[in-house]
Amino acid sequence: MSTKVVDRAPLTFYERTYLPAILGGLKVTAKHFADTVFKGKSVTMQYPEERWVVPEGYRGAPYLVKDQDGATKCVSCQLCEFVCPPKAIRITPPGPEGRPADRANAEKMPREFEINMLRCIFCGMCQEVCPEEAIFLQKDYSITGENRESMIFNKEKLLSLGGTHAGIQKWKHKLEEAQAQESFPVETP
Amino acid sequence: MEAINYLSPTAQMILFSALKIGVVFGVVMTAVAYAVLVERKVSAWIQDRVGPNRAAPFFVDYLPVIGPFLVKLGIFQPAADGLKFLLKEDFTPSYVRKVYFWLAPAITVIPALLTIAVIPFGSNLGGQKMVIADLNVGILYTFGIVSLGVYGIVLAGYGSNSKYPFLGSIRSSAQMISYEIAMGMSVVPIFLLTESLNLGEIIRYQAEHGWMILKQPLAFVIFLIAAFAETNRLPFDLPESESELVGGYHTEYSSMKFALFFLGEYANMIASAAMMVTLFLGGWTLPFIDALNLPAGSLLLGLVHIGVFLAKMAFFMIVFIWVRWMLPRFRYDQLMDLGWRRFIPLALANIVVTAIVVALFNH
Amino acid sequence: MTVKVNGKTVQVPKTMPDWQGKPAPTTMLQAARIAGVDIPHYCYHDKLPVAGNCRMCLVEFGTPMIGPDRKPVLNEDGTPKIARSVLPYEPGTPRGAIACATPISPGMEIYADSKATEQMRESVLESLLINHPLDCPICDQAGECKLQEYSVQHGKAGSQFVEAKVHKPKAVDLGPRIVLDDERCILCTRCIRFTRDIAGDDALGIVNRGSYNTISAFEPGKFDNNYTLNTVDLCPVGALTSKDFRFKMRVWFLKETKSLCTSCGTGCNITIGSREGVIHRYEPRDNDAVNGPWMCDSGRLNYRWVGRPDRLKEVLRTSAGGARERITWGAALETAADILRRAPQGGVAFVVSARQTNEELFLLKKLAAHTGALTDAVPREGEPDRLLVSADRNPNSNGVRFTGMAFTEFGFNLPKIADGIAQGRIKTLVVFGEEVTREGLGPELLAKLDALIVSDILPNATTAAATLLLPGAAHAEKRGTFVNVKGRLQRFQKAVEPPGDARPEAEFLQELVQAVTGEEPSRSIEGLFNRMAAAVPAFAGLEWARIGDTGVTVQS
Repeated sequence: MSTKVVDRAPLTFYERTYLPAILGGLKVTAKHFADTVFKGKSVTMQYPEERWVVPEGYRGAPYLVKDQDGATKCVSCQLCEFVCPPKAIRITPPGPEGRPADRANAEKMPREFEINMLRCIFCGMCQEVCPEEAIFLQKDYSITGENRESMIFNKEKLLSLGGTHAGIQKWKHKLEEAQAQESFPVETP
Repeated sequence: MEAINYLSPTAQMILFSALKIGVVFGVVMTAVAYAVLVERKVSAWIQDRVGPNRAAPFFVDYLPVIGPFLVKLGIFQPAADGLKFLLKEDFTPSYVRKVYFWLAPAITVIPALLTIAVIPFGSNLGGQKMVIADLNVGILYTFGIVSLGVYGIVLAGYGSNSKYPFLGSIRSSAQMISYEIAMGMSVVPIFLLTESLNLGEIIRYQAEHGWMILKQPLAFVIFLIAAFAETNRLPFDLPESESELVGGYHTEYSSMKFALFFLGEYANMIASAAMMVTLFLGGWTLPFIDALNLPAGSLLLGLVHIGVFLAKMAFFMIVFIWVRWMLPRFRYDQLMDLGWRRFIPLALANIVVTAIVVALFNH
Repeated sequence: MTVKVNGKTVQVPKTMPDWQGKPAPTTMLQAARIAGVDIPHYCYHDKLPVAGNCRMCLVEFGTPMIGPDRKPVLNEDGTPKIARSVLPYEPGTPRGAIACATPISPGMEIYADSKATEQMRESVLESLLINHPLDCPICDQAGECKLQEYSVQHGKAGSQFVEAKVHKPKAVDLGPRIVLDDERCILCTRCIRFTRDIAGDDALGIVNRGSYNTISAFEPGKFDNNYTLNTVDLCPVGALTSKDFRFKMRVWFLKETKSLCTSCGTGCNITIGSREGVIHRYEPRDNDAVNGPWMCDSGRLNYRWVGRPDRLKEVLRTSAGGARERITWGAALETAADILRRAPQGGVAFVVSARQTNEELFLLKKLAAHTGALTDAVPREGEPDRLLVSADRNPNSNGVRFTGMAFTEFGFNLPKIADGIAQGRIKTLVVFGEEVTREGLGPELLAKLDALIVSDILPNATTAAATLLLPGAAHAEKRGTFVNVKGRLQRFQKAVEPPGDARPEAEFLQELVQAVTGEEPSRSIEGLFNRMAAAVPAFAGLEWARIGDTGVTVQS
């Protein structure tokens, strides 16, 4: 056993009257009381009027972002839906008859993209797993709604809240690279 | 006003008693509401916070400077709290024992309010003594009623039919019974000295011979600490102890029923404070000024006496609140140790010593 | 023959069946499989001719050394000395052989996990990925892609290739059901070999040279036979994808349920891919006794009706006044039992479907026997093909025969039933899963009936005329067994929930049988099957558990 038993010093009679504890408590409380009342040293932040500065890397609400040309970046790969621990994300893939993607060479974008902000735990797994840099945890922390339905954010809302993020512009470079090559010797039907 | 003189003495008694009851009840209720505010404010300040500073009725806009200041002090907060309690959902869990569950809050509040009946909160106003019931056995009545308070808590714990309230109420009954003994014995020397159980007589004795706190400091200390235990205040709030029992006996209560427990607790504090003022701080009297030390001859003096009484009471209320942040909660065994092995012997010794002194010097 | 795989000695036969089932020298890949070692491969497929072009199955191996005296060279401890394969002109460098096409020799040692083998795999993968677009996020193959899997297992993170990738045509319309992404293609030629050698439609080939090699259809857009979608399954990467399944659902969400195709009597084994009650695709499931690894396009795409919004979802009863009301199952079965109990012998006729399970037919037979009813099923014929599609388009014709609900020739009793109704002998008709107004029992005949009890899945003229309508479940929504045209008994599992009030027929038929005959229902489909096996001679001695995933052949 590596436990070390520390002998406690027995309390003196004075200590056992509880007086030092009472006086100590009085001293501490009186100091803080005086500081708050007379010196105005309060730590309270008057929330709706005063707001804290959201630090970099804060994990707020996840929103979808658009690329530099305003196109939807999400390609509906559904990895975020898969990885989402509370199953807050629900993606409806475009399917064979879906609307063509905003970026022609990315081929695919979600028909619908829903995040249930009531289920979301702001863990950031979706952002981490996203291969397209299309979803980011942003700085919103105060998300309110009047009913459960209004807390399910759809694709349109997520895109409008998410803003723009250019990133590595994979699809743009791919297109440029393809266009720079001599036309391919097989005609596409 | 002349018409009053034509009424029979019994009718007059009933009329004035009703009037006094109404006024005292109103004052106590208001005092409870503001005691809660003071508790919140003082707690906030001690903890470097600002406390409630938002509640603002519409007319505040028409008060220049003062209005915002009052809002900042939270003066309107009690009204908002009361309204909130009234409007909250009164939820009764399915598993409770309904009759006791509904009975418990009432049984908690009523004894607390009844105690106040015998407190002489002033000398006289006009021809009326400022006490609702000038009983010759006032202090016995008080202890009798106070000991009923425990039933409310025990019933709340039993009626809730859930573990935390149950534990809370068990602790509470043990605690209150233990400290009632110490409390009761601590005041015996006072009666040895004053030779009366009437609280008015005790005040008169103090006006003549000096405050009891100076003659019986030990009794005062025991009574004060027992009062903390009896009102379930920190450092003796084991029945509620949020951190271990969620909320103790009122865990399952909501809305107005919860508010009644709250009310009972603060009414108990007020009653204890009033009791201490009466027994040890000379009640409505102030020494060295004859006009204030003797029963009032005019309406104005009568009001001043009431003011003096209220001021002393307010002091004790602040003490109650402040101590909450000075000391941590006792452990259960420490609590019992303190009650049975320290205070009861001390109080007994105090009785014996006082009795010997009285026997030697007074006769 | 004895060989060593990863140091483990195994006995393997000298020859094994090739893609056509003919004996051929055992290859290293087959020997490794017997030893329980899976050698990664792309172009090799059990049921296709060997091509040996992807090079993924390269392994280092060794053979016993032969001395100048033509005798094996031995080590000091008497074991034969093994010569590791090396380049002939560079003896320090290991040389690999493609395991899929290299026959084994006695005493051969295969090093499927040696450092040299791993290096070969790494290099092959790097080479295959040179022009690959790495667009897994938008690729339907992601999740079941061999390129992904092997890259994770054997590949490395970076590529030494710094030049621009060759950009090939994307989303090429190869045929009515197939989309081709040339950039993703690794040119394994599995699709070419399948359509040439199995489907017999030599429609695909490789055109252009070097880096510009691409798969192409002989007539662009006209790759159209009834087996094209098998090339999607065969394609180890995401080059060939199904138009039907394109961008529909990521495969890792799909719940896979072992089931059967119901489009014809062949009874191809399938895997149903469903998510949250929605069927997204059918895929063939290996069963050499029935369909091998293949299935036809028409059967594969015949699943949408299961999720049709107009499915029958309510139990309905037509009252005497002609008004239809929604009732509970309890009330409906009580009504049906009442009708069947009170019917005179021969006053009832049953028209059942050969699309129903054996268990359901068995229960219907009990009801028919109890009422002395005329019974029949409806034939359904079509053009057969030379590979899988059967002329009999009913999935369970033999089941109908075995349970005794119809003669060998379906439709034999239908005219008699029509006659009976016309003459007023038959007052009650029970129809399960068939549209009898097309089979000579027109609306004017049905109007003569006192009671028309119908169970079906989709609405039609018969269900419209029903006086008691019992919504049933599609095969994907229940469990049961079928017997295919060749007499193979196979079982299928439940993939999705039936919509609305619809219930599996076997379930409510058991309750109905209990109400009519008083026989205790069995709690599960297993119990029901076992009870049927005891009663039906063709299934004698069988148990649900013994059928297995690939079925058993019963006497026909």
